[in-house]
Amino acid sequence: MNEVVTPMRNATNTGSSKGFDEVLVDVRNLKMYFPITEGVFIPKVVAQVKAVNDVSFKIFRGETLGIVGESGCGKTTTGRCILQLEKPTAGEIIYGGDDITKYNSKEMIEVRKKIQVIFQDPYSSLNPRMKVGEIIAEPMSVHKIITDPVERRKRVLYLLNVCGLASAFADRYPHEMSGGQRQRVGIARALAMNPEFIICDEAVSALDVSIQAQVINLLEDLRDEFNLTYMFISHDLSVVRHICHRVAVMYLGNLVELADGDELFDNPMHPYTRLLLNAVPIPDPDVEKQRAHEIIQGEIPSPINPPSGCVFHPRCPAAVDGCNKNIPKLREVKPGHWVACSEV
Amino acid sequence: MALLEIKDLQTQFFTSAGTVKAVDGVSYTVEEGETVAVVGESGSGKSVTAMSIMRLIPWPPGKIVGGSIMFDGQDLLELTEDEMRSIRGRDIGMIFQEPMTSLNPVLTIGLQLTEPMIAHLNMSEEEAMAKAVKLLGMVGISEPERRLAQYPHHLSGGMRQRVVIAMALACDPKLIIADEPTTALDVTIQAQILELMKNLTRDLGVAMIIITHNLGVVARYADRVNVMYAGRIIESGLASDIYHRPRHPYTLALLKSVPRMDRQRTDKLDPVDGQPPDLTKLDGGCSFRPRCRFAKDHCAESFPVLEEIENGHTCACFEKENLAKEIKEVVG
Repeated sequence: MNEVVTPMRNATNTGSSKGFDEVLVDVRNLKMYFPITEGVFIPKVVAQVKAVNDVSFKIFRGETLGIVGESGCGKTTTGRCILQLEKPTAGEIIYGGDDITKYNSKEMIEVRKKIQVIFQDPYSSLNPRMKVGEIIAEPMSVHKIITDPVERRKRVLYLLNVCGLASAFADRYPHEMSGGQRQRVGIARALAMNPEFIICDEAVSALDVSIQAQVINLLEDLRDEFNLTYMFISHDLSVVRHICHRVAVMYLGNLVELADGDELFDNPMHPYTRLLLNAVPIPDPDVEKQRAHEIIQGEIPSPINPPSGCVFHPRCPAAVDGCNKNIPKLREVKPGHWVACSEV
Repeated sequence: MALLEIKDLQTQFFTSAGTVKAVDGVSYTVEEGETVAVVGESGSGKSVTAMSIMRLIPWPPGKIVGGSIMFDGQDLLELTEDEMRSIRGRDIGMIFQEPMTSLNPVLTIGLQLTEPMIAHLNMSEEEAMAKAVKLLGMVGISEPERRLAQYPHHLSGGMRQRVVIAMALACDPKLIIADEPTTALDVTIQAQILELMKNLTRDLGVAMIIITHNLGVVARYADRVNVMYAGRIIESGLASDIYHRPRHPYTLALLKSVPRMDRQRTDKLDPVDGQPPDLTKLDGGCSFRPRCRFAKDHCAESFPVLEEIENGHTCACFEKENLAKEIKEVVG
């Protein structure tokens, strides 16, 4: 077995996450390949997009795990696989002791009550023809959580309140609300099922700065109040640093670094992580003047035909001879700090 | 004399819901070769100001109803449409947010890049093509000759934005207006594009107005900053003044709302409550008043004007003298 497996087999692997020790989600060697076909009547698979390529990590109960990376790195696909919106090509997703990739759609219904999702775009993720109250009540009636309409209405108003919206919004339509208010509706809908695990896929990326900060604070308060576990998928590293206990960095379908948030941002080890953090401007002119602006060259290669060896080697300033041949394994360099780079 | 001097600009949109005062008395200047940032949230009027400079406000429903825009000694608002057309793309270049939509999908890169040079500089096709090759090389596109024959869909988002920058530079403009030039791009590509823009504007001595909501981008690249809220500039000054000695409560709130990558996770964000006002329903008072934690009764009486606090640092707040100490404590 290659070493990439070890992190999941070894119970202590991510033990540095302070105070979180109960594994809630265990993703093992997840692969998601999308076939590219040619031919109309007899489609033939001519290539594969390796969106997620052998990714393993754990999420502990009560923590917020950030997944960061640029467009096309596979962060959203990973989230969709956990939700079983995609059928993974290979790998296991252990949730509540069972591998949910083996579940049929009926068995998934029970799991879906516990896992909810908040999407990026508050404009397209709410049905424009439904009132806000109906949107929030829908999951409760679908899953037959609360069958009494009066009780359901009470809970809708409670959820609106928890998310900082006045009760009057229950009878309005999404188009009457601002982006920030809509995102609060999306959060209220996710909370309706009393979930234990919420996947936030770019949940605050579309919002203006001051509204974004309000929603971030709301997500943090809800996490504490309802003991929620988040998987926080985002390209915005500043937001991730702010909200996440641990952070995983993905590049071209691969997990390249995983560590405690403060450790990862203060002491990045993978060359890609270093360059990625360097690219993020910090809102302070004095700090910016003192930073060395090291620019990452080139663009992300195609996931259809990824580079051999380490996928980052063509753009890597630290690449050496072997990097184009040997696939680096994710290994623990420091307690709780995992890096997939042979040169670290 | 400043290269660009906007004075009391007023742009309004006449809609069925009422008159939207999108830009309400904006004044600022841009000196030759400097980079000025305009920051603000959605609906603050930063893009409408830029479109007004280019005279690209669609009528109906929009109209520039007052003010003046002096560019290089002439008032752009006095020019005829023909005269304006000879300035657009020649003396003033423009870079838009969406590199996907600001290029024509059915024309080759070469055609789009040479068009302004043929139209404005009376170049022959050969001369323009030769310059286009040079421009593409300058913005860091490999194999420029081959790219000229390609269509926008052959290029990635970052590459397209490089082409848009090359187009903006094609006629050696004096000023470039960049409206959220990197918002649609990944962070590493954003860093590449911004570094490119900074180097090019410095080497060529082009002035730039960069419009963005990203305070990090402003901190990294701008000399001076104008902060907009509800159609007005509420604070203006050197980048270091705005970030380290803000005097307007809204500027302070913005800075307290942005998560910083160099701060520990335990730092709490401290955003302002509420939302920006409806621009059809502004009363005469300070438009930030309903969200302002320092508001006093007299803030409702009239709108505070931009006044100088110290050298080049201006602020539009009645309480700015009293707040100096309190804000200093919050900034820390």
